[in-house]
Amino acid sequence: MKNLAELRKIKERALQRRQLSGTEARARVTVAMGTCGIAAGARETMKAILAEIEQRQLKDVVVTQTGCIGLCEYEPLVKIQVGAEEPTWYGKIDAARAATLIVKRLVAGEPVPEWEVKTAK
Amino acid sequence: MTVFRDLSQHILDIYENGVKAGATLITVDIEEDLQQDLLTITLCDNGAGMDAEMLQHIADPWVTTRTTRKVGLGIPFFKQTAEMCGGNFAIHSQPGQGTTTQASFQYSHIDRPPLGDVATTVTCMIVGYPQVDLYYHHHLIGLTSPAEEEFILDTREVRAVLGNEVPLSDPEVLGFLRNTLEAGLSGITPH
Repeated sequence: MKNLAELRKIKERALQRRQLSGTEARARVTVAMGTCGIAAGARETMKAILAEIEQRQLKDVVVTQTGCIGLCEYEPLVKIQVGAEEPTWYGKIDAARAATLIVKRLVAGEPVPEWEVKTAK
Repeated sequence: MTVFRDLSQHILDIYENGVKAGATLITVDIEEDLQQDLLTITLCDNGAGMDAEMLQHIADPWVTTRTTRKVGLGIPFFKQTAEMCGGNFAIHSQPGQGTTTQASFQYSHIDRPPLGDVATTVTCMIVGYPQVDLYYHHHLIGLTSPAEEEFILDTREVRAVLGNEVPLSDPEVLGFLRNTLEAGLSGITPH
């Protein structure tokens, strides 16, 4: 693989950040990517979320994924947990909504009740 | 008809089977052989593997959805897509020996779905399962010179640089991986 020198610099920056802010992430974003999620476009949702986080330099936000949660009709589904708060699921989050969701919830810090899915655990 | 619009969605789905089987290393191999008019996708994991009975059931959507929900519809869809496109589908597995899933397609078949956004797909694999190592190999055999092109991404190499302190899921590391994938795969164009 090329660019391993660049990767070493990224490692140094990540370690510096960690010393400044501690290891705890400020927020956690989870995209449901079971067969149903992928078919509904969860991959594009994931791409949009990663792009938005990178563009806005939200380096304390951790992104992960999970499988089918049994709410296939609301896919693509995204869960956001800020700090120790109760996590919230958001439904039908396509790429365009994903970018808006990140900005509203994690940059502006506002709730986004219009896309919330109440029945999810 | 299948629910997936492109092959990289199938690849992501099969990858998740490997993760669920407890794999620590999954190999994804894509070979575009224009000389033989063949596209071959192979996923190989070192997970728990399956016994003969499970293997028999795995391609049957009615059996699998009702009795072995973990497996789901992914494999029947992938098999159907391959067979619809003049290709073949095979799964080899043994308990404790991992699983190899291979699908081939007539490259030029009119019904063959495009590969799709492989860079995003591989990024999703790493984001979703940063604990699993991924060896991605993409090989193109073209009709005109230069005949062969190749791209490899091995998360074990990345991890060796990052050490234990910085995970693959670090946002800046993910950005680096995505750029590496996009740059590398843009160099592989059928010709």
